[in-house]
Amino acid sequence: MKRIYMDNNATTAVRPEVMEAMLPFYREHFGNPSSVHWAGRATGAALEAAREQVARLINCAPAEIVFTSCGSEGDNLAIKGAADVLRDRGNHIITTAVEHPAVLSTCEYLKKQGFEVTYLPVDGSGMLDVVALEAAITEKTILISVMWANNETGTLFPIEQIGAVARKHKIVFHTDAVQAIGRVPVDVQAAQVDLLAISGHKIGAPKGVGALYVRKGIRLTPLIHGGHQERNRRAGTHNLPGIVGLGMACELAASDLETAAQRLRQLRDRLEQGLLAAIPESLVNGHPTERLTNTLNISFNYIEGEAVLLFLDMQGIAASSGSACMSDSFGQSHVIEAMGVDPMMANAAIRFGLGYDNTDADVDRVLEILPTIVKKLRDMSPFYHERDVNKATA
Amino acid sequence: MYSDKVIDHFTNPRNVGEIENADGVGEKVSSSCGDRMKVFLKVEDGIIQDIKFQTYGCGAAIASSSMMSELVLGKTLQEALDLTNDQVAEALDGLPAPKLHCSNLAADALHEAIKNFQATSA
Repeated sequence: MKRIYMDNNATTAVRPEVMEAMLPFYREHFGNPSSVHWAGRATGAALEAAREQVARLINCAPAEIVFTSCGSEGDNLAIKGAADVLRDRGNHIITTAVEHPAVLSTCEYLKKQGFEVTYLPVDGSGMLDVVALEAAITEKTILISVMWANNETGTLFPIEQIGAVARKHKIVFHTDAVQAIGRVPVDVQAAQVDLLAISGHKIGAPKGVGALYVRKGIRLTPLIHGGHQERNRRAGTHNLPGIVGLGMACELAASDLETAAQRLRQLRDRLEQGLLAAIPESLVNGHPTERLTNTLNISFNYIEGEAVLLFLDMQGIAASSGSACMSDSFGQSHVIEAMGVDPMMANAAIRFGLGYDNTDADVDRVLEILPTIVKKLRDMSPFYHERDVNKATA
Repeated sequence: MYSDKVIDHFTNPRNVGEIENADGVGEKVSSSCGDRMKVFLKVEDGIIQDIKFQTYGCGAAIASSSMMSELVLGKTLQEALDLTNDQVAEALDGLPAPKLHCSNLAADALHEAIKNFQATSA
C-alpha cells in the first residue's frame, strides 16, 4: 500500500538538499561556533552563512535573526520578552481568537502576570477585521500579535495592513509566520513587522530549530539566560546542524516558492473541487481566496473527523483534524469554533496540508477513497438517517 | 493508540443499522464530546434476538457500539442490564484514557433501549 502524507502543516520531511547540507556538521565540522580555535571558526562561518540565508528569505539584516529551538520558542520569546521590556509603558496586548496555542497560552500566562489581553474575533471565513483591530488599541496597548497564516484553515491575515496600523500607533507588532514561511512571500519591511517567528520543520528543515526576526531597536528580555550566543538574546550552544538545515531550507524556499505554491494550488484545488463535487453537504473551512495554496480544511456533515482520519490512515493516507497539537484533547478546534461553524460541522473538520512530495496520483487516490469512507460513516450515523425527517419538519 | 480489536470493530462494525418496529429503542448523547448512539432491540421471551445500532462519533465510540452489540446478542435482558461500560472497554482490550468515556455511551444507550422495551411492553 502506497503511503500518502498530506499533513505538511503539522510537519514536513527534511528536503534531501537540506539533509546533505547538514551531514558534515555532525562529525566533520562539530566545533562549537563560540570557540576561537579552528574547529569553532569553521562552524562559526557556517552559522553566519545560515543567518544570511534566513535573512534573505524575509528581507532583513542577518543581525536581526535570532536562532531558536522551534516556532513556539520564537513566539514565547517575542511575546514575553517584549511584554517584559514594555510593561512600564502599558499592559495591554491585542491578539486573535484563532492563534496557535504557542501564542494563546503565552497570552494566558501574561494575563496571570497582570497583563490585559484582547482576543479579536474572526468572521465565518476565518478573516480578521483590521478596522476592529485598530479600534481595540488603547493608550496601554504595547503589543499586537497576529499570525500570518492560520495553521488549521490556511487563512491569510492582511499582515501589511496590520503592520501599517501598528506602526501608525507605534505599537510593537509580532507575527507567528510558522505556516506562512516558504509558502507565501514574507517581507518584514513591506509588512512593517517587528517580531516574526518561524520554524524549520514546516519547510523541509529538521525539527528542533527555528528563528525569530527581531527588528533592530526592539529590545526583548531573554527566555534563556546563559552565555553570549545570539547577541545575548538567546543563550545556549547553537544547534548547528539544524541551523545549517534551516538556512538551506530558506534558500531553497526563496528560489522555488512561487513554482511550488502554484503547483500545490493546482493539486489542492483539484482535491477541493473533487471532494465538494463527490460528497454532498461538505463545506470548506477557511477563506475562499486569501488562503495558503497547500491547505484544505473541509467538513463532511453528520460524521466525526476523527473517524474519517482513522479510515484514511488505514488506507495509508495521513491527514489531520485541526491542529496536531490538539489531537489528544477533546472538543472542537478553537479556530473552527471562532469562525462560528455549526458544532457538528466543526467536529467533522479534516485538514489536508499538501507538500513538496505530493503528486497528482496522491490527489486521485484520496478522491477515490474518501467518498466511500464518508458514505460508510454516514450510513452508521443516526443524524444522517434523521436528516430528511428534520428537513421535512423544519 | 487503538488496540487491534478496536480497529477491527471500527473497520468492520457488527450490527450496524436499524430495526423496523423494534421492541425497544434507546439513545444516549455524551455530555463530554457530543457523540451519540442509538440502539434498536428485538426481544423474545426475555432474550435479545436482534440488536442494531447507529453511532455518531469517533473510532472508539463506533468500536464500543459494535462490541456492545456482540456482547449482548442472544443474552437475556438481565444479562444485558448487567453489562457495564468497563466490560465493553475490557472486551476491546482497553481504550486510550481520553477515550474511555466513549465506551460509556454503548452500555448506557443499550440500557435506555431495554428500559424503553420494559416501559412499552408492561
